[in-house]
Amino acid sequence: MIYNKKFETLPRVELEALQLKRLQDVAKRLYERVPFSKKAFDDAGIKPDDIKELGDLKNLPFTNKSDLRDNYPFGLFTVSMDDIVRIHASSGTTGKPTVVGYTKNDIDTWSELMARTLASAGVTKGDIIHNAYGYGLFTGGLGFHYGAETLGSSVIPISGGNTKRQIMIMKDFGPTVLTCTPSYALHLAEVAEEVGVDFKEMKLKIGVLGAEPWSNKMRLEIEKKLNIDAIDLYGLSEIIGPGVSTECLEAKDGLHVFEDHFIPEIIDPNTGETLPYGEKGELVFTTITKEAFPVIRYRTRDISSLNPEPCKCGRTHVRMDRISGRTDDMLIIRGVNVFPSQIESVLLNIKDVEPHYQLIVEREGALDILEVRVEVNETVFSDEIKGLQKLESDIEKEIKDLLGVSVTIKLVEPKTIQRSEGKAVRVIDNRKI
Amino acid sequence: MKVEQISVFLENKSGRLAEVTKILSDGGVNIRALYLADASDFGVLRFIVNDTKKAKEVLQKNNFTVVKTEVIAVEVPDRPGGLAEILEILKKDNINVEYMYAFVERSSDNAVIVFRFDETDKAIDVLTKNNITVLSGERVYSL
Repeated sequence: MIYNKKFETLPRVELEALQLKRLQDVAKRLYERVPFSKKAFDDAGIKPDDIKELGDLKNLPFTNKSDLRDNYPFGLFTVSMDDIVRIHASSGTTGKPTVVGYTKNDIDTWSELMARTLASAGVTKGDIIHNAYGYGLFTGGLGFHYGAETLGSSVIPISGGNTKRQIMIMKDFGPTVLTCTPSYALHLAEVAEEVGVDFKEMKLKIGVLGAEPWSNKMRLEIEKKLNIDAIDLYGLSEIIGPGVSTECLEAKDGLHVFEDHFIPEIIDPNTGETLPYGEKGELVFTTITKEAFPVIRYRTRDISSLNPEPCKCGRTHVRMDRISGRTDDMLIIRGVNVFPSQIESVLLNIKDVEPHYQLIVEREGALDILEVRVEVNETVFSDEIKGLQKLESDIEKEIKDLLGVSVTIKLVEPKTIQRSEGKAVRVIDNRKI
Repeated sequence: MKVEQISVFLENKSGRLAEVTKILSDGGVNIRALYLADASDFGVLRFIVNDTKKAKEVLQKNNFTVVKTEVIAVEVPDRPGGLAEILEILKKDNINVEYMYAFVERSSDNAVIVFRFDETDKAIDVLTKNNITVLSGERVYSL
């Protein structure tokens, strides 16, 4: 099902003409209104007027996450705060979040993109959506919520947590669509089994799942356990939130990027060179319609590839491959971005804890388990078990408070974490996805 | 009146205990008393040796985390009620035992109980006033 037939099936020639026009506009707006962007353009020796064709995009400067951090919180907004109606944020690498703003029009755009996403997954007006994405600064909950309302479906804004109650609500309210992270979908299945509820007896038929990397294998498992069609979607707050790209129910083969709003590129993460269709590299997005917080060539650090082949669903927008990894060592734990450096800052704030630590990620059943191994030194070591257990729980609490993620602390003997000559191996990701 | 005890942090991995005892034996250190306290994924090995300084040195050289703690060793008559009496005395004075372990003295009628208190000096005071024999470090190291 296609929500906006006109734009989602726009012939490539028209689509590209639209993209060029919008790109020129956004480049001009950024250049005129954001000192950081003007400087970036000037340093790259390019003016907005130099953009004559879409291919000129490759000459524009990249935007990195660090640029967002450097301009924290509102430095990259192109409109005055009077016109900002919403602020969201994602966790940042140094404890500071990445802040994004939306105008009324941006919220409308985003809502439409999420309506498109849901429609693409087969959701219609008559559906009841059980929205178990977290509501708050995280874009997931509200993104889906507005999209569902735009589509005209009913939303149950359940947010995350309290899984047994979620099962009861699902049983009693009879939602037909589940929106949450893939791992939470599996967790719901596990808990349902524990409490003796069979998903086959529920009305659920579609899951629109994202916010963390997951495999096709996991999709099949979710589809079997929850008795649904599971659809992958992609997004990031820096670009708009969820609703940057989505799979279609017809093909379930790659995620259509909403190209009338975002221009995707794949680059070589080392050279920055643009790669042709089909090649794997780092995903880069340029937003071409956003008002409050447009970004040019935002480096997502996500690894994917682009496929321009026409899809059987009829959409003309290119498809991106499922995210297969990250160019940096950011971890996505239960949908939350976690950087080793954040864990490090917590550890270093706890007096006398060694800076030698390692993160071990496992997937136990449906949930990501993050174990933080910390070396014990003589200052923190106590001959009493309870002292050491308190140290563990203190660190766990600090991390939970900062990142919102529960971790397990494992104290290990000194010098047992492998040392490295260069960049430390901070993360061992044993998740098979 | 205080006894030096050494504690070592150990991960729950097979062979670690053997390594500690091997290191001590290679260093010529003799273990007098030993107690292993364990949590789910780590343990704390506490022991009293004939040469604390040497033990600490050889263990640290082998990258173990070692701390020295002061404990009290009390001589307890090796008969029913021997320990109960001592605990009763401590209870009366509200002295809290953090942990304790025992070893039996060779060719003697007494057992030796090692106590760790949070208020060590007060505990010594109370025990000696009640005519309980608190052993000196030297005595314990050479038992």
